[in-house]
Amino acid sequence: MSNYRITGNTGEWEIVVGMEVHAQVVSQSKLFSGASASYGGEPNSHVSLVDAGFPGMLPVLNEECVAQAVRTGLGLRAKINKFSRFDRKNYFYADLPTGYQISQFEHPIIGEGKVEIELPDGEVRVIGVTRLHLEQDAGKSIHDQDPTRSFIDLNRAGVALMEIVSEPDIRSPEEAGAYLRKLRQILRYLGTCDGNMEEGSMRADVNVSVRRPGEEGYRTRCEIKNLNSVRYVMQAIEIEAERQIDIWEEGGTIDQETRLFDHVKGETRSLRTKEDAHDYRYFPDPDLLPLELEQSWIDELKAHLPELPEDKRARLEKEYGVSRYESAVLTAEQSVADFYEEVAKGQDARLATNWILGDFFAALNRTGRSIENSPVSAQGLRELLGLISDSTINGKIAKEVLEDMVETGESAQAIVDRKGLKQVTDTGAIEKSIQEILDANADKVAEYKSGKEKLFGFFVGQTMKAMKGKANPALVNELLKKMLSA
Amino acid sequence: MSLDAKKVARIARLARIGLSDAEVETYRREMDGIIGWVDQLNEVDVTDVPPMIGSELASARLRKDEVTDGNRQEAVLSNAPEREGPFYTVPKVVE
Amino acid sequence: MAFNYTLASARDALKKREISAVELVDAHLSAIERLDDRLNSFITRTPDQARQAAKQADEQLAKGEGGALCGIPLGIKDLFATENVRTTAASRILDNFIPPYESTVTANLKQAGAISLGKLNLDEFAMGSTNLTSAFGGVENPWKRKGSDARLVPGGSSGGSAAAVAAGLVLGATGTDTGGSIRQPASFCGITGVKPTYGRCSRFGTIAFASSLDQAGPMAQTVRDCAIMLEAMAGFDPKDSTSVNKDVPHYEAALDRGVKGLKVGIPKEYRIDNLPSEIAALWDNGIVWLKDAGAEIVDVSLPHTKYGLPTYYIAALAEASSNLARYDGVRYGERVSGKSLDELYEATRSAGFGDEVKRRILLGTHVLSSGYYDAYYLRAQKVRTLLRRDFLQAYEKVDVLLTPTAPSGAFAWDEKPTDPVQVYLNDVFTVPASLAGVPAMSVPAGLDSQGVPLGLQLIGRHFDEETLLAAGFVLEQAASFTHRPTLHAGVSA
Repeated sequence: MSNYRITGNTGEWEIVVGMEVHAQVVSQSKLFSGASASYGGEPNSHVSLVDAGFPGMLPVLNEECVAQAVRTGLGLRAKINKFSRFDRKNYFYADLPTGYQISQFEHPIIGEGKVEIELPDGEVRVIGVTRLHLEQDAGKSIHDQDPTRSFIDLNRAGVALMEIVSEPDIRSPEEAGAYLRKLRQILRYLGTCDGNMEEGSMRADVNVSVRRPGEEGYRTRCEIKNLNSVRYVMQAIEIEAERQIDIWEEGGTIDQETRLFDHVKGETRSLRTKEDAHDYRYFPDPDLLPLELEQSWIDELKAHLPELPEDKRARLEKEYGVSRYESAVLTAEQSVADFYEEVAKGQDARLATNWILGDFFAALNRTGRSIENSPVSAQGLRELLGLISDSTINGKIAKEVLEDMVETGESAQAIVDRKGLKQVTDTGAIEKSIQEILDANADKVAEYKSGKEKLFGFFVGQTMKAMKGKANPALVNELLKKMLSA
Repeated sequence: MSLDAKKVARIARLARIGLSDAEVETYRREMDGIIGWVDQLNEVDVTDVPPMIGSELASARLRKDEVTDGNRQEAVLSNAPEREGPFYTVPKVVE
Repeated sequence: MAFNYTLASARDALKKREISAVELVDAHLSAIERLDDRLNSFITRTPDQARQAAKQADEQLAKGEGGALCGIPLGIKDLFATENVRTTAASRILDNFIPPYESTVTANLKQAGAISLGKLNLDEFAMGSTNLTSAFGGVENPWKRKGSDARLVPGGSSGGSAAAVAAGLVLGATGTDTGGSIRQPASFCGITGVKPTYGRCSRFGTIAFASSLDQAGPMAQTVRDCAIMLEAMAGFDPKDSTSVNKDVPHYEAALDRGVKGLKVGIPKEYRIDNLPSEIAALWDNGIVWLKDAGAEIVDVSLPHTKYGLPTYYIAALAEASSNLARYDGVRYGERVSGKSLDELYEATRSAGFGDEVKRRILLGTHVLSSGYYDAYYLRAQKVRTLLRRDFLQAYEKVDVLLTPTAPSGAFAWDEKPTDPVQVYLNDVFTVPASLAGVPAMSVPAGLDSQGVPLGLQLIGRHFDEETLLAAGFVLEQAASFTHRPTLHAGVSA
């Protein structure tokens, strides 16, 4: 159990959070129409007459969206409901063309599942998933273009969303953040949602309530709508919990309501709606027949399911000997894991791990690039590490070569050749260089011999410097020892 | 369950149909009559009877995920009572 | 001359070049000019497009080409979206709506070569059984009571379709039937109308009233005409998820099957209290006609029949309340401005919808609302299961059912009851088949003592329109209904 507590004036409080995550399904076309589901586009161009709710237009279900929901269900180790149904959620809004949203109310396509989250201290918690259902997105109302009017763009109207509802199992802002990140990671691995929160591909509604530690049952909750970043989710939960605690402690009560998070003011505020405003009058959509899935179809999807983050992590640990921490970093994004494996396969895995987590990530950070448009390809990095492994260059020179690779886009080999960085392994040349150093530093040689063994490093450094870093460090060590003890 | 004016006004609000008080009363009376008449369904024993959902003549059909529609901005906007360029417009919605 | 044709005989005459499509269309257009200012069966006339299409039809016919309906003048119920032709659903809210698309049914008819003369009047959004709820005025039934010039209703909702066919303004018309909207006006106007199996004709592009019940069908003078039209209208449509993927049979070929050996069920529950004796007598005639033609008459029971109407109204109005939410003055249709979005919605919908539509939306909203859903909507859907089972059980014993189409003949405009429930009772014989999704048709079978037509209804098995049409053809032959209404294109004024 989480130990997260908020201390009020009258003692400690625990928070209880459940989340509804809306994840846009990766598909070519919309859930019920053949218009493009891609982001952007001229206003009202990715719109069919079905999406615009013209008279007599009818929905036809997109098979891929159903498959994506099932894949997600499988990834969440959830129950796949072979019978599901679409219902209409009736309400009026300017960007809801038909006056109802097609959703799944009574019979969602996916039932109970779970998400494991790992907290910074290594503790693993399981957050229950209540259900996942398919529904349509609404269009967009644009309020800032005109002083008296709102503009309506229906490009998003009808795009498929998966609403993933969690149990109220979350007990801290950190857990909420970890849950959302983990969910995003799973969906991205499955390829069912691109997880792009800036473009609104993932948004969260959070239900927050508070109670005394040890208290049974739940107090009234408030729903904070439409949070589009992990940071906002965490902030909103904390701020809302504190608001509720203040009210309880002053003897007040919480009204169940929908609230908005204002990240500028750092507050949540009531989305004031008229009394009786909501009665969604759900009923089965008579334009769509119940959806019945064949087990063989589900099995087929299961057989082709990509490796999930947890499985990949365990495998990397086993196959490449990476640590628990390293595996987490390497699998956070599938593209990183793929990159890593491409570099590490059949190579010195330890070397690959150290380089990727160290210099390579540093180079990405420095250049502000992501792994997808990395300035150095996996093959390029692999070649560089190969040059270390076969003693063509040493590690220090390799760092220099990597910087050059980032800068020029040249291959490691080309840089080594061009700059003549090939490691010197000629014993005679190294011995000659060492002798010169020893001759020039007779006093230090004497000190060393009288027991000041720390000076050994000085001789190594001087030798490497004299040889412009290109000497094989192991050889330098070996020869120095021999010559100093001579 | 008889209908009162408040209830009818609430229904009208949900359905976004503006009604005068006099109309509320007229509809209340008529609707009350109809509701009283449909209440005869309470006589039917529906124990263990599943609701009829769908025509029961077919099951859901799925279409391929292909872009086959859209890019018909003018058709979409051609009947708009009010528009501004490529947008429909409505009185400003304040959130 | 042009007005002695049925759809079938006109088709044959066109193929033989005994008449040209241009002549046929011109004759009907002039009849519309002559009669329809009075009948008001058309909301929108499209003479120019029709003449243009007729010329093209003649070119095709001259080459021995053209589809099954090439050159046939039809009317289209104004509930079918027609590309670039105003489509209103007889509602103010769609006063100037010009669809940029064509309904599948009308596209199919066009494909078969049919020529539309315009868009036909109906009850607003197909809600009614009198055609008096149209925002474009009521339709006058071309039939008159003996010795009376009182305007009679054509029935509804496909009242314009029925009147136009009856008056000889078109050789056929499309109708839609949600709870009797093809069959009841067919009966009131002395013509034939078929409501096919749910899923037989695509609903794509047809303005929805109640999605789980709406079904398009043909209305024409004869059973053969309906068979020809239905074959052209029907068919699987991937754009309608409820459309059923089954081949369309050659319906016309089924007409000659006869009814020998066919088991015809007579549901006892349709013999309701205060069924007018003339209608009961007509029903008995129908039984005799079928029996004489070799059918076996079997008494059957459809025990939940009396719950059909309330079940229908709950289901249909719930769906309608949601289907009509899209008429909000934002993307198309009439708008009444308001200071806020909600004011705009309320003003637009208040001004745009007529009384009957508002009443139905309000009731539908009510039965779906929180706390009432289980008591009304869910219960009705359960009773609907029972009603459907009634039919399936009856069809274990019989092949087709015979009943009256409506509990009365056409009544006068001013005789429409003020109590909505009394108006709804018009549909008592037609709604059960709609709820069960089975096909049904009305065939004109006689006149009442006042000279107003009455129809008999046949109800068939799911997707067995062929048996239905075969039985209808036998009834038609036996009834030899050759009467014509007072107002008819072939009668000089």
